[in-house]
Amino acid sequence: MSTFLQQLVNGLSLGSIYALIALGYTMVYGILRLINFAHGDVYMVGAYVGYYASLYLRGDEPSFFRAAVVMLAAMIACAILGMLIERLAYRPVRQASKMTSLITAIGVSLLLENGGQLVFGPDPKFFPSLAPHYELSVGDVRLTSEQLTVFAVSFLVMAFLYVLVMKTKTGVAMRAVSFNLDAAKLMGVSTNQIIALTFALGSAFAAVAGVLIGMAIPKIDPLMGVMYGLKAFVAAVLGGIGNIPGALIGGLLIGLAETFVVAYISPTFRDAIAFATLIALLLFRPQGMLGAVVKEKV
Amino acid sequence: MKRHAWSLACALIAVSTLSSCNGGGSGNGDEIVVGEFGSLTGTTATFGQSTHNGVMLATEQLNAAGGINGKKVRIIVEDDQSKPEEAATAVTKLINQDRVVALIGEVASSRSLAAAPIAQSNKVPMVSPSSTNPQVTAVGDYIFRVCFIDPFQGLVMAKFATNTLKMKKVAILYDVRNDYSIGLRNVFGEKFKEMGGQIVAEQSYSEGDSDFRAQLTALKATQPEAIFVPGYYTEVSTIARQAKDLGINAPLLGGDGWDSPKLFEIGGKAIEGSYMSNHNSMDDPNPVIQKFVTDYKAKHKIIPDALATLGYDAANVLFDAMKRAGSTEGPKVRDALAATKDFVGVTGTITIDKDRNPIKPAVVLQVKDGKFAYVETIAP
Amino acid sequence: MRRLGVVAAIGAACWLASALANGDLIAAVAVPRYPLRIITLAGINIILAVSLNLINGFTGQFSIGHAGFMAIGAYGAAWLAVGFGPAFSQTLGFLPHAAVDALLVLACLAFGGLLAAIGGLAVGIPSLRLRGDYLAIVTLGFGEIIRVFILNIDAVGGARGYVGIPNLAGFGWVYFVAVLTVLLVRNIVHSSFGRTLLAVREDEIAAEAMGVNTTRAKVISFVISSTLAGVAGGLFAFYSMFLHTNSFTFIKSIEFIIMIVIGGLGSILGSIVGATLYIVLTEVLRVAAEFRMVAFSLLLVLIMIFRPQGLLGTLDFGRRRRDARKMVPAAGAGAEK
Repeated sequence: MSTFLQQLVNGLSLGSIYALIALGYTMVYGILRLINFAHGDVYMVGAYVGYYASLYLRGDEPSFFRAAVVMLAAMIACAILGMLIERLAYRPVRQASKMTSLITAIGVSLLLENGGQLVFGPDPKFFPSLAPHYELSVGDVRLTSEQLTVFAVSFLVMAFLYVLVMKTKTGVAMRAVSFNLDAAKLMGVSTNQIIALTFALGSAFAAVAGVLIGMAIPKIDPLMGVMYGLKAFVAAVLGGIGNIPGALIGGLLIGLAETFVVAYISPTFRDAIAFATLIALLLFRPQGMLGAVVKEKV
Repeated sequence: MKRHAWSLACALIAVSTLSSCNGGGSGNGDEIVVGEFGSLTGTTATFGQSTHNGVMLATEQLNAAGGINGKKVRIIVEDDQSKPEEAATAVTKLINQDRVVALIGEVASSRSLAAAPIAQSNKVPMVSPSSTNPQVTAVGDYIFRVCFIDPFQGLVMAKFATNTLKMKKVAILYDVRNDYSIGLRNVFGEKFKEMGGQIVAEQSYSEGDSDFRAQLTALKATQPEAIFVPGYYTEVSTIARQAKDLGINAPLLGGDGWDSPKLFEIGGKAIEGSYMSNHNSMDDPNPVIQKFVTDYKAKHKIIPDALATLGYDAANVLFDAMKRAGSTEGPKVRDALAATKDFVGVTGTITIDKDRNPIKPAVVLQVKDGKFAYVETIAP
Repeated sequence: MRRLGVVAAIGAACWLASALANGDLIAAVAVPRYPLRIITLAGINIILAVSLNLINGFTGQFSIGHAGFMAIGAYGAAWLAVGFGPAFSQTLGFLPHAAVDALLVLACLAFGGLLAAIGGLAVGIPSLRLRGDYLAIVTLGFGEIIRVFILNIDAVGGARGYVGIPNLAGFGWVYFVAVLTVLLVRNIVHSSFGRTLLAVREDEIAAEAMGVNTTRAKVISFVISSTLAGVAGGLFAFYSMFLHTNSFTFIKSIEFIIMIVIGGLGSILGSIVGATLYIVLTEVLRVAAEFRMVAFSLLLVLIMIFRPQGLLGTLDFGRRRRDARKMVPAAGAGAEK
């Protein structure tokens, strides 16, 4: 039984990371109907910015203050990166065909990955310890402070975003843009700013995920965003693409599914389970769990 | 239009390919050109770069001492981007265009296997520094290696666990995408059981994974006395940490894939007390080893890892064979390589056997106070 | 058509000659080994790029799983050759050696292609009812699933790689199959079925309203595309004599995408140019290997922003410039409102 509980804990902590990244996917897709392939790589950049920041701020004792500063630095850097990507790569092709924007997104993703290998070096780097490390045990089940932090942070971020989107004027503008870009423009919403804000927020939270993973795992490499990004995307679809609480639920579910498949069936299917889920979803319930069914109008 | 399109395409192909081959460099008369191919970029880039460092150090030292019979050696290195088909292309280029007289490479058995047939059919001797799959040297009699093969290393650890650690219940966590890891796991499992031990559980992961908690939790439930983790240091260090986080106190056992200063950096306290098999121990007072460590540190500012050391030895074994052969002709160098006996390398005293693999002992090291400490030697 | 026939005849002659001389005639007489390798690899990639263009460029369905079908064909053909080659050669021992080899290659390539076709059917039927971006991810996923599946089959080498594949194909065979592929795809595109595919690309709903069975068209196109990829995979196996699943990752699939995008999505000639350019640039830029992929990804983005129709646009065989203008897809085709 304690093994099962431990696996539960493992799955939830893995899932929280997916949830954080999925939030960015779901927001951007909601607004632009674009799968931002580069999002996983922004997460990677966030981890690296955090890495270099923590090297720069090298102190003797791990402290929460240092962790917070590093995370802030990563968030700012990635917010800027996200806005740059949108402005330079996605905006020019916004009016073009879907395939063009898709290929552009793939191109940006490749650019970040290969650029990362060039700039950071292809070998994995290892995060220095940032925050104090505690271990808790409940019976035979073990939990680390990093795992708890990840879990707590993803809830907080989701709550923050939910309040932002549902209860504020900016949120209303964001929702308007996601319903109909042109109509929102006609209603006086500054769509370019809203889109930029969406990218900034999504990228900032991906950076948070990156730094948290750095603290928890602690291995980072330039290709880490590929698999995590894809699985986070599946999580976003699972929860209902465009739906913020859905991203959190989707992330946790994917994390749990993966952990249980690895533990009880076979580790070889670790990556396959995410794709299999996606395929099943898209065939039987494309709107995901919390999404609304959208009828295609001619 | 069609005709123009075709001739345009043909012209394009012709011009660009012909321009990319600059007539082939066969080197001037007093130079020996040796080719090296490795993964300088791509997913296993650090292995290729490390090996390259070792090879270049050996070459520089050789040239500083006068070269081979007065001629200096020039290394032409080609990147295979960690891809097997690129290894084949790189080797084709080295042989046909650069006209190298011998090849050094590769680290990964899959890439060695891709390139070996080409070397063999062109009668160019090839020395692999670190490919451990037995099939590599089986490709042909021009293919050699300076590292021990998987069957031997798996046996070493099985012997150590049974005879020295007196363990009976061991679990295995191996990399399912890495033939080195699979090879070791197969042999270890077989030999350990032969010697009366029991493999209580087996789990796998894929290289590049960073979360092993699910597998470790499953292994923990079977209460093993030790966990055999024959993977690369990149994953092993993380596995060690996560194992400690989950409350697993059993030591880990591993192979030479662990060898890197980074193992301690990340593994930290979690890897203390674990054991690995390796070619030699860096704190072995043997002057040959110490000189190499000093020279390498002076040039690269870090202690060499197993790959750099094997690259160094591979290069030196090749140079030694060329000296003994008194020529750089393929068949003569090949025969000299096959006759290598008691060559003193940094990774041990190397004698090449009839399968073109080295006969040399392995050492078992333990992680103590953030370094490898020598425990015992196990002979073949 | 006649001109293409002449080219095909030259190709057949090359193949025959090289088959008779055990693949080395071309090398020995005309071109040194290393550039020949480049040309042969370019040829294999041309087959892959042109077949991918059929489904991506002409049918407008974005598939990033091409490497998976290449892998199926490669491993299938190799397995048949390794397993039954010797028995086959013995049974047909009364025929001249070159003929036996040729028949063996044909049989293995056909087998590889068939397996890939089945794979294409299995992947295509569920996936092709999905929209653009989802289809991309799903095909990517299938490609990876196929690869991991093959990785776990020990009979074809697993993580070690598949050794001992006979060297049955060289430049001659590759050229022959490449010419055939181009002919085939060109004829498909210029047939009424080709118009169906273009209709599906331009506006699926309108095509459906016009009575086109879009799912059937998409699936057929997908299966043809994957079959050709499988045959190319078989050629790759016989040329490389060694297979490892690391050669068939999604990065490979993306490389094919880069090739057809650079050349022009709706143009067969564009795919040929794109594939050749990619292979040649890879070799030429060997010195700057780390920058190579960065350069290609940057190129991809820049092309999408400034010249999304690729280098050749819609210029193609048998189409003059003024006709080409009529074929340009309407701006925003397929974009969601």
